[in-house]
Amino acid sequence: MNTRELSKNEYFFGHKACAGCGGSLAVRIALKVLGDRAVAVLPAGCMSAVGFNFPQLAFANNAIISTFAGTASMMTGILAGLNARGEKDFTVVSFAGDGGTADIGIQALSGAIDRNDDILYICYDNEAYMNTGIQKSSLTPYGARTTTTPPGTVSRGNEFRKKDMLEIVRAQGIPYAATASIGYLQDYMNKVEKASKIHGTKYIHVLAPCPTGWGYATDDTVDIAKAAVDCGVWPLREFENGVYSETPARGGDKAEYLRRQTRFSHLTDEEVGAITGGSL
Amino acid sequence: MIKPTLHSGEFTYPEGTYFQAGYLTQKNAGWRTARPVLDTNACVGCLQCYLHCPDGTILETDDKKVTFDLDFCKGCGICAKVCPKNAIAMTPERGLSQ
Ligand SMILES: Cc1ncc(C[n+]2csc(CCOP(=O)(O)OP(=O)(O)O)c2C)c(N)n1
Ligand code: SF4
Ligand code: SF4
Ligand code: SF4
Ligand SMILES: [Mg+2]
Repeated sequence: MNTRELSKNEYFFGHKACAGCGGSLAVRIALKVLGDRAVAVLPAGCMSAVGFNFPQLAFANNAIISTFAGTASMMTGILAGLNARGEKDFTVVSFAGDGGTADIGIQALSGAIDRNDDILYICYDNEAYMNTGIQKSSLTPYGARTTTTPPGTVSRGNEFRKKDMLEIVRAQGIPYAATASIGYLQDYMNKVEKASKIHGTKYIHVLAPCPTGWGYATDDTVDIAKAAVDCGVWPLREFENGVYSETPARGGDKAEYLRRQTRFSHLTDEEVGAITGGSL
Repeated sequence: MIKPTLHSGEFTYPEGTYFQAGYLTQKNAGWRTARPVLDTNACVGCLQCYLHCPDGTILETDDKKVTFDLDFCKGCGICAKVCPKNAIAMTPERGLSQ
Protein backbone atom coordinates (compact mmCIF):
# COMPACT_ATOMS: atom_id res chain seq x y z
CA MET A 1 0.00 0.00 0.00
CA ASN A 2 1.60 3.28 -1.09
CA THR A 3 0.67 6.89 -0.34
CA ARG A 4 -1.92 7.08 -3.13
CA GLU A 5 -3.52 3.78 -2.19
CA LEU A 6 -3.80 4.82 1.44
CA SER A 7 -7.33 5.68 2.58
CA LYS A 8 -8.17 9.37 2.26
CA ASN A 9 -10.21 9.04 5.44
CA GLU A 10 -8.74 10.63 8.54
CA TYR A 11 -9.47 8.54 11.63
CA PHE A 12 -7.33 10.57 14.03
CA PHE A 13 -7.97 14.23 13.40
CA GLY A 14 -8.47 17.38 15.45
CA HIS A 15 -6.49 15.87 18.32
CA LYS A 16 -4.62 17.96 20.87
CA ALA A 17 -1.10 16.53 20.47
CA CYS A 18 1.72 19.09 20.46
CA ALA A 19 2.63 20.49 17.06
CA GLY A 20 5.02 18.06 15.37
CA CYS A 21 4.12 15.07 17.57
CA GLY A 22 5.59 11.83 16.22
CA GLY A 23 3.18 9.62 18.16
CA SER A 24 0.14 11.21 16.54
CA LEU A 25 1.64 10.57 13.10
CA ALA A 26 2.13 6.88 14.01
CA VAL A 27 -1.52 6.60 15.09
CA ARG A 28 -2.86 8.52 12.09
CA ILE A 29 -0.99 6.43 9.52
CA ALA A 30 -1.71 3.03 11.12
CA LEU A 31 -5.44 3.79 11.21
CA LYS A 32 -5.38 4.88 7.57
CA VAL A 33 -3.82 1.51 6.71
CA LEU A 34 -6.30 -0.48 8.83
CA GLY A 35 -9.45 1.44 7.88
CA ASP A 36 -12.98 1.65 9.31
CA ARG A 37 -12.95 -1.77 10.91
CA ALA A 38 -10.09 -1.05 13.32
CA VAL A 39 -11.04 -0.95 16.98
CA ALA A 40 -8.37 1.03 18.84
CA VAL A 41 -7.38 0.52 22.47
CA LEU A 42 -5.34 3.25 24.14
CA PRO A 43 -4.06 3.14 27.71
CA ALA A 44 -3.27 6.29 29.68
CA GLY A 45 -0.64 8.27 27.80
CA CYS A 46 -0.33 11.13 25.36
CA MET A 47 -2.36 9.57 22.58
CA SER A 48 -5.38 8.90 24.77
CA ALA A 49 -5.00 12.26 26.51
CA VAL A 50 -4.98 14.16 23.22
CA GLY A 51 -7.63 12.02 21.53
CA PHE A 52 -10.39 11.81 24.13
CA ASN A 53 -11.37 15.19 25.60
CA PHE A 54 -15.09 14.82 26.20
CA PRO A 55 -17.14 15.91 24.36
CA GLN A 56 -14.36 16.20 21.81
CA LEU A 57 -13.45 12.75 20.42
CA ALA A 58 -10.73 12.86 17.79
CA PHE A 59 -11.10 9.22 16.68
CA ALA A 60 -13.51 8.56 13.81
CA ASN A 61 -13.34 4.79 14.34
CA ASN A 62 -14.26 2.87 17.48
CA ALA A 63 -11.70 3.67 20.16
CA ILE A 64 -11.52 3.17 23.90
CA ILE A 65 -9.22 4.04 26.80
CA SER A 66 -8.00 1.02 28.75
CA THR A 67 -6.56 0.81 32.22
CA PHE A 68 -2.87 1.66 32.10
CA ALA A 69 -1.73 -1.89 32.85
CA GLY A 70 -4.46 -3.62 30.89
CA THR A 71 -4.08 -2.61 27.24
CA ALA A 72 -3.58 -6.14 25.93
CA SER A 73 -6.19 -7.71 28.22
CA MET A 74 -8.77 -5.18 27.04
CA MET A 75 -7.81 -6.06 23.46
CA THR A 76 -8.45 -9.72 24.30
CA GLY A 77 -11.85 -8.79 25.71
CA ILE A 78 -12.82 -6.77 22.65
CA LEU A 79 -11.69 -9.59 20.41
CA ALA A 80 -13.81 -12.07 22.36
CA GLY A 81 -16.81 -9.73 22.27
CA LEU A 82 -16.62 -9.10 18.54
CA ASN A 83 -16.15 -12.82 17.87
CA ALA A 84 -19.18 -13.61 20.05
CA ARG A 85 -21.22 -11.18 17.96
CA GLY A 86 -20.09 -12.94 14.82
CA GLU A 87 -18.24 -9.90 13.50
CA LYS A 88 -15.75 -10.51 10.69
CA ASP A 89 -12.89 -8.53 9.10
CA PHE A 90 -11.94 -6.27 11.96
CA THR A 91 -8.60 -5.46 13.59
CA VAL A 92 -8.18 -4.94 17.30
CA VAL A 93 -5.24 -2.56 17.49
CA SER A 94 -3.58 -0.73 20.36
CA PHE A 95 -1.51 2.42 20.59
CA ALA A 96 0.35 2.19 23.85
CA GLY A 97 3.32 4.29 24.91
CA ASP A 98 6.73 3.01 25.93
CA GLY A 99 5.87 3.28 29.62
CA GLY A 100 2.50 1.61 29.02
CA THR A 101 4.20 -1.20 27.11
CA ALA A 102 7.64 -1.97 28.51
CA ASP A 103 6.87 -1.18 32.15
CA ILE A 104 3.24 -1.07 33.17
CA GLY A 105 1.48 -3.17 30.52
CA ILE A 106 4.12 -5.85 29.93
CA GLN A 107 2.33 -8.51 31.97
CA ALA A 108 -0.94 -8.18 30.04
CA LEU A 109 0.99 -8.12 26.76
CA SER A 110 2.85 -11.27 27.75
CA GLY A 111 -0.43 -12.99 28.57
CA ALA A 112 -1.94 -12.12 25.20
CA ILE A 113 1.14 -13.50 23.40
CA ASP A 114 0.88 -16.68 25.50
CA ARG A 115 -2.67 -17.18 24.29
CA ASN A 116 -1.73 -16.03 20.78
CA ASP A 117 -4.77 -13.76 20.75
CA ASP A 118 -5.47 -12.26 17.34
CA ILE A 119 -4.51 -8.66 18.09
CA LEU A 120 -2.14 -6.03 16.70
CA TYR A 121 -0.27 -4.37 19.54
CA ILE A 122 1.45 -1.14 18.47
CA CYS A 123 3.81 0.56 20.89
CA TYR A 124 4.61 4.16 19.95
CA ASP A 125 7.91 4.84 21.60
CA ASN A 126 8.68 8.43 22.58
CA GLU A 127 11.21 7.13 25.11
CA ALA A 128 9.68 8.48 28.33
CA TYR A 129 6.42 9.01 30.21
CA MET A 130 5.60 12.16 28.25
CA ASN A 131 2.00 12.77 29.24
CA THR A 132 2.89 13.23 32.90
CA GLY A 133 5.91 15.43 32.19
CA ILE A 134 8.85 13.40 30.82
CA GLN A 135 9.68 10.76 33.41
CA LYS A 136 12.12 7.94 32.61
CA SER A 137 10.73 4.60 31.43
CA SER A 138 12.61 1.37 30.72
CA LEU A 139 12.70 2.49 27.07
CA THR A 140 14.45 5.81 27.81
CA PRO A 141 17.93 5.65 26.26
CA TYR A 142 21.14 5.82 28.24
CA GLY A 143 22.26 9.31 29.19
CA ALA A 144 18.95 11.07 28.48
CA ARG A 145 17.73 13.83 30.74
CA THR A 146 14.23 13.29 32.07
CA THR A 147 12.54 14.85 35.10
CA THR A 148 13.36 11.70 37.10
CA THR A 149 16.92 11.45 35.75
CA PRO A 150 18.06 15.06 36.02
CA PRO A 151 21.72 15.53 35.16
CA GLY A 152 23.93 17.29 37.69
CA THR A 153 27.32 16.78 39.24
CA VAL A 154 26.50 13.26 40.37
CA SER A 155 23.86 12.02 37.90
CA ARG A 156 24.67 12.14 34.20
CA GLY A 157 21.10 11.53 33.12
CA ASN A 158 19.53 8.10 32.71
CA GLU A 159 22.02 5.47 33.84
CA PHE A 160 20.08 2.49 32.50
CA ARG A 161 19.99 0.99 29.03
CA LYS A 162 16.95 0.84 26.79
CA LYS A 163 15.08 -2.46 27.11
CA ASP A 164 14.91 -4.59 23.96
CA MET A 165 11.18 -5.25 23.63
CA LEU A 166 11.52 -7.01 20.28
CA GLU A 167 13.74 -9.67 21.83
CA ILE A 168 11.31 -10.07 24.72
CA VAL A 169 8.24 -10.71 22.55
CA ARG A 170 10.34 -12.81 20.19
CA ALA A 171 11.40 -15.04 23.09
CA GLN A 172 7.73 -15.83 23.65
CA GLY A 173 7.37 -17.16 20.11
CA ILE A 174 5.14 -14.38 18.77
CA PRO A 175 4.12 -14.93 15.10
CA TYR A 176 5.08 -11.40 14.03
CA ALA A 177 7.10 -8.61 15.58
CA ALA A 178 8.81 -5.60 14.04
CA THR A 179 10.39 -2.27 14.79
CA ALA A 180 9.55 0.75 12.67
CA SER A 181 10.12 4.48 12.62
CA ILE A 182 7.89 7.36 11.61
CA GLY A 183 10.92 8.53 9.62
CA TYR A 184 10.31 5.60 7.25
CA LEU A 185 6.56 5.64 6.83
CA GLN A 186 6.39 3.33 3.81
CA ASP A 187 8.18 0.63 5.81
CA TYR A 188 5.82 1.25 8.75
CA MET A 189 2.76 1.07 6.48
CA ASN A 190 4.00 -2.20 4.96
CA LYS A 191 4.50 -3.69 8.41
CA VAL A 192 1.09 -2.60 9.72
CA GLU A 193 -0.58 -3.99 6.61
CA LYS A 194 1.32 -7.27 6.76
CA ALA A 195 0.66 -7.67 10.48
CA SER A 196 -3.06 -7.06 10.03
CA LYS A 197 -3.24 -10.10 7.75
CA ILE A 198 -1.44 -12.49 10.08
CA HIS A 199 -3.46 -14.53 12.58
CA GLY A 200 -2.30 -14.39 16.19
CA THR A 201 -0.51 -11.78 18.25
CA LYS A 202 1.44 -9.13 16.36
CA TYR A 203 3.73 -6.56 17.91
CA ILE A 204 4.99 -3.40 16.17
CA HIS A 205 7.32 -1.04 18.01
CA VAL A 206 7.44 2.31 16.25
CA LEU A 207 9.91 5.03 17.18
CA ALA A 208 7.90 8.25 17.51
CA PRO A 209 10.04 11.26 18.44
CA CYS A 210 8.57 13.90 20.74
CA PRO A 211 9.73 17.51 20.24
CA THR A 212 8.53 18.46 23.71
CA GLY A 213 10.36 15.73 25.59
CA TRP A 214 13.45 15.33 23.43
CA GLY A 215 14.14 19.02 22.88
CA TYR A 216 14.26 19.82 19.18
CA ALA A 217 12.25 22.03 16.80
CA THR A 218 8.77 20.77 15.83
CA ASP A 219 9.63 20.51 12.13
CA ASP A 220 12.48 18.07 12.87
CA THR A 221 10.38 15.09 14.01
CA VAL A 222 10.47 13.09 10.78
CA ASP A 223 14.11 13.91 10.11
CA ILE A 224 15.20 12.82 13.60
CA ALA A 225 13.20 9.60 13.26
CA LYS A 226 15.02 8.94 9.97
CA ALA A 227 18.41 9.80 11.48
CA ALA A 228 17.85 7.33 14.35
CA VAL A 229 17.48 4.54 11.80
CA ASP A 230 20.25 5.71 9.48
CA CYS A 231 22.90 5.95 12.20
CA GLY A 232 21.98 2.57 13.65
CA VAL A 233 20.53 3.73 16.99
CA TRP A 234 17.12 2.33 15.95
CA PRO A 235 17.50 -0.47 13.36
CA LEU A 236 14.45 -1.57 11.37
CA ARG A 237 13.97 -5.18 12.40
CA GLU A 238 11.39 -7.81 11.57
CA PHE A 239 10.63 -11.20 13.03
CA GLU A 240 8.20 -13.29 11.04
CA ASN A 241 7.41 -16.99 11.49
CA GLY A 242 10.69 -17.57 13.28
CA VAL A 243 12.78 -15.78 10.64
CA TYR A 244 14.64 -12.64 11.67
CA SER A 245 15.68 -9.87 9.29
CA GLU A 246 17.11 -6.41 9.67
CA THR A 247 17.43 -3.51 7.22
CA PRO A 248 21.13 -2.50 7.20
CA ALA A 249 21.83 0.97 8.61
CA ARG A 250 22.51 3.53 5.87
CA GLY A 251 25.26 5.19 7.80
CA GLY A 252 25.02 8.37 9.76
CA ASP A 253 26.66 9.99 12.74
CA LYS A 254 25.40 8.73 16.11
CA ALA A 255 27.00 11.65 17.93
CA GLU A 256 25.24 14.12 15.65
CA TYR A 257 21.95 12.35 16.33
CA LEU A 258 22.46 12.81 20.09
CA ARG A 259 23.62 16.40 19.73
CA ARG A 260 20.43 17.42 17.92
CA GLN A 261 18.40 16.86 21.11
CA THR A 262 18.59 18.93 24.28
CA ARG A 263 17.86 15.83 26.41
CA PHE A 264 21.50 14.89 25.71
CA SER A 265 22.96 18.42 25.84
CA HIS A 266 24.58 17.92 29.28
CA LEU A 267 26.78 15.10 27.99
CA THR A 268 30.44 15.90 27.45
CA ASP A 269 32.15 14.99 24.19
CA GLU A 270 33.89 12.14 26.03
CA GLU A 271 30.54 10.82 27.28
CA VAL A 272 29.00 11.06 23.82
CA GLY A 273 32.05 9.28 22.43
CA ALA A 274 31.72 6.52 25.00
CA ILE A 275 28.02 6.09 24.22
CA THR A 276 28.45 6.00 20.44
CA GLY A 277 31.52 3.81 20.77
CA GLY A 278 29.52 1.30 22.77
CA SER A 279 31.52 1.45 25.99
CA LEU A 280 28.75 3.13 27.99
CA MET B 1 -14.93 10.74 3.40
CA ILE B 2 -14.79 9.65 7.02
CA LYS B 3 -13.20 12.23 9.32
CA PRO B 4 -13.94 13.81 12.69
CA THR B 5 -16.07 16.91 12.15
CA LEU B 6 -16.85 20.09 14.06
CA HIS B 7 -20.12 20.36 15.95
CA SER B 8 -21.50 23.37 17.73
CA GLY B 9 -24.27 23.97 20.19
CA GLU B 10 -25.87 21.56 22.61
CA PHE B 11 -25.20 17.84 22.70
CA THR B 12 -26.97 15.08 24.52
CA TYR B 13 -25.03 13.61 27.41
CA PRO B 14 -24.48 9.87 26.95
CA GLU B 15 -25.99 7.41 29.42
CA GLY B 16 -22.75 5.43 29.73
CA THR B 17 -19.05 5.98 29.33
CA TYR B 18 -19.21 6.31 25.57
CA PHE B 19 -19.83 9.05 23.06
CA GLN B 20 -20.10 9.71 19.35
CA ALA B 21 -16.87 9.00 17.45
CA GLY B 22 -15.23 11.80 15.50
CA TYR B 23 -17.01 14.58 17.37
CA LEU B 24 -15.03 17.81 17.51
CA THR B 25 -15.95 21.01 19.30
CA GLN B 26 -12.78 23.06 18.88
CA LYS B 27 -10.43 24.11 16.11
CA ASN B 28 -6.64 24.08 16.58
CA ALA B 29 -5.85 27.10 14.39
CA GLY B 30 -4.99 29.31 17.37
CA TRP B 31 -1.94 27.17 18.17
CA ARG B 32 -0.13 28.21 15.04
CA THR B 33 2.64 30.81 14.94
CA ALA B 34 3.58 30.07 11.33
CA ARG B 35 1.46 29.04 8.39
CA PRO B 36 2.38 26.75 5.49
CA VAL B 37 2.08 28.61 2.17
CA LEU B 38 2.31 26.65 -1.09
CA ASP B 39 4.18 27.67 -4.21
CA THR B 40 1.82 25.95 -6.66
CA ASN B 41 4.30 26.19 -9.51
CA ALA B 42 6.92 24.29 -7.55
CA CYS B 43 4.54 21.59 -6.23
CA VAL B 44 4.63 18.31 -8.17
CA GLY B 45 1.81 16.63 -6.25
CA CYS B 46 3.95 13.86 -4.76
CA LEU B 47 1.90 13.96 -1.50
CA GLN B 48 4.92 13.54 0.79
CA CYS B 49 3.66 16.51 2.82
CA TYR B 50 0.19 14.95 3.13
CA LEU B 51 1.67 11.62 4.23
CA HIS B 52 3.88 13.11 6.96
CA CYS B 53 1.51 15.67 8.46
CA PRO B 54 0.80 14.54 12.07
CA ASP B 55 -2.52 16.37 11.99
CA GLY B 56 -3.86 15.18 8.65
CA THR B 57 -4.48 18.75 7.58
CA ILE B 58 -3.15 18.53 4.01
CA LEU B 59 -5.60 17.72 1.24
CA GLU B 60 -5.03 16.93 -2.42
CA THR B 61 -6.71 19.33 -4.83
CA ASP B 62 -8.34 18.49 -8.17
CA ASP B 63 -5.34 19.85 -10.07
CA LYS B 64 -3.03 17.39 -8.23
CA LYS B 65 -1.55 19.99 -5.89
CA VAL B 66 -2.25 20.34 -2.18
CA THR B 67 -4.11 22.68 0.13
CA PHE B 68 -4.02 23.16 3.92
CA ASP B 69 -6.88 22.94 6.40
CA LEU B 70 -5.98 26.04 8.38
CA ASP B 71 -8.68 25.35 10.98
CA PHE B 72 -6.61 22.41 12.24
CA CYS B 73 -3.02 22.93 11.03
CA LYS B 74 -0.76 23.57 14.04
CA GLY B 75 2.10 25.06 12.01
CA CYS B 76 4.70 22.43 12.96
CA GLY B 77 6.60 22.87 9.69
CA ILE B 78 7.09 19.14 9.00
CA CYS B 79 5.39 19.45 5.59
CA ALA B 80 7.79 22.20 4.54
CA LYS B 81 10.78 20.15 5.65
CA VAL B 82 9.78 16.89 3.94
CA CYS B 83 8.78 18.52 0.64
CA PRO B 84 11.38 17.42 -1.96
CA LYS B 85 10.65 20.53 -4.07
CA ASN B 86 10.80 23.12 -1.28
CA ALA B 87 7.34 24.16 -2.38
CA ILE B 88 6.08 25.02 1.11
CA ALA B 89 7.21 28.13 3.00
CA MET B 90 6.43 28.55 6.69
CA THR B 91 5.24 32.14 6.98
CA PRO B 92 4.82 33.90 10.34
CA GLU B 93 1.14 34.27 11.24
CA ARG B 94 1.64 37.80 12.52
CA GLY B 95 0.50 40.16 9.82
CA LEU B 96 -1.33 37.50 7.79
CA SER B 97 -5.09 37.82 7.40
CA GLN B 98 -7.04 35.09 9.21
C1 LIG C 1 -2.22 3.14 36.89
C2 LIG C 1 -1.80 4.51 36.47
N1 LIG C 1 -0.61 4.99 36.87
C3 LIG C 1 -0.20 6.21 36.48
C4 LIG C 1 -0.99 6.97 35.65
C5 LIG C 1 -0.51 8.35 35.25
N2 LIG C 1 -0.09 8.42 33.87
C6 LIG C 1 -0.94 8.79 32.88
S1 LIG C 1 -0.23 8.90 31.38
C7 LIG C 1 1.28 8.48 32.02
C8 LIG C 1 2.49 8.43 31.14
C9 LIG C 1 2.44 7.41 30.06
O1 LIG C 1 3.69 7.23 29.44
P1 LIG C 1 3.81 6.39 28.14
O2 LIG C 1 3.12 5.10 28.30
O3 LIG C 1 5.24 6.32 27.73
O4 LIG C 1 2.97 7.24 27.07
P2 LIG C 1 3.27 8.76 26.63
O5 LIG C 1 2.52 9.65 27.56
O6 LIG C 1 4.74 8.97 26.68
O7 LIG C 1 2.74 8.86 25.25
C10 LIG C 1 1.18 8.24 33.40
C11 LIG C 1 2.31 7.88 34.27
C12 LIG C 1 -2.24 6.44 35.25
N3 LIG C 1 -3.05 7.12 34.43
N4 LIG C 1 -2.62 5.21 35.67
S1 SF4 D 1 4.45 15.49 24.76
FE1 SF4 D 1 5.42 14.51 22.99
S2 SF4 D 1 4.30 12.59 22.65
FE2 SF4 D 1 3.05 13.90 24.00
S3 SF4 D 1 1.66 14.98 22.59
FE3 SF4 D 1 3.45 16.31 22.93
S4 SF4 D 1 4.87 15.79 21.25
FE4 SF4 D 1 3.33 14.14 21.36
S1 SF4 E 1 5.60 17.47 -0.77
FE1 SF4 E 1 5.89 19.39 -1.90
S2 SF4 E 1 5.82 18.79 -4.06
FE2 SF4 E 1 4.98 17.08 -2.89
S3 SF4 E 1 2.76 17.48 -2.89
FE3 SF4 E 1 3.59 18.40 -1.01
S4 SF4 E 1 4.01 20.54 -1.57
FE4 SF4 E 1 3.73 19.40 -3.49
S1 SF4 F 1 2.56 22.76 9.32
FE1 SF4 F 1 2.41 20.74 10.33
S2 SF4 F 1 0.22 20.60 10.87
FE2 SF4 F 1 0.37 22.23 9.33
S3 SF4 F 1 0.02 21.20 7.39
FE3 SF4 F 1 2.24 21.25 7.70
S4 SF4 F 1 2.69 19.27 8.65
FE4 SF4 F 1 0.49 19.61 8.87
MG1 LIG G 1 6.16 7.54 26.30
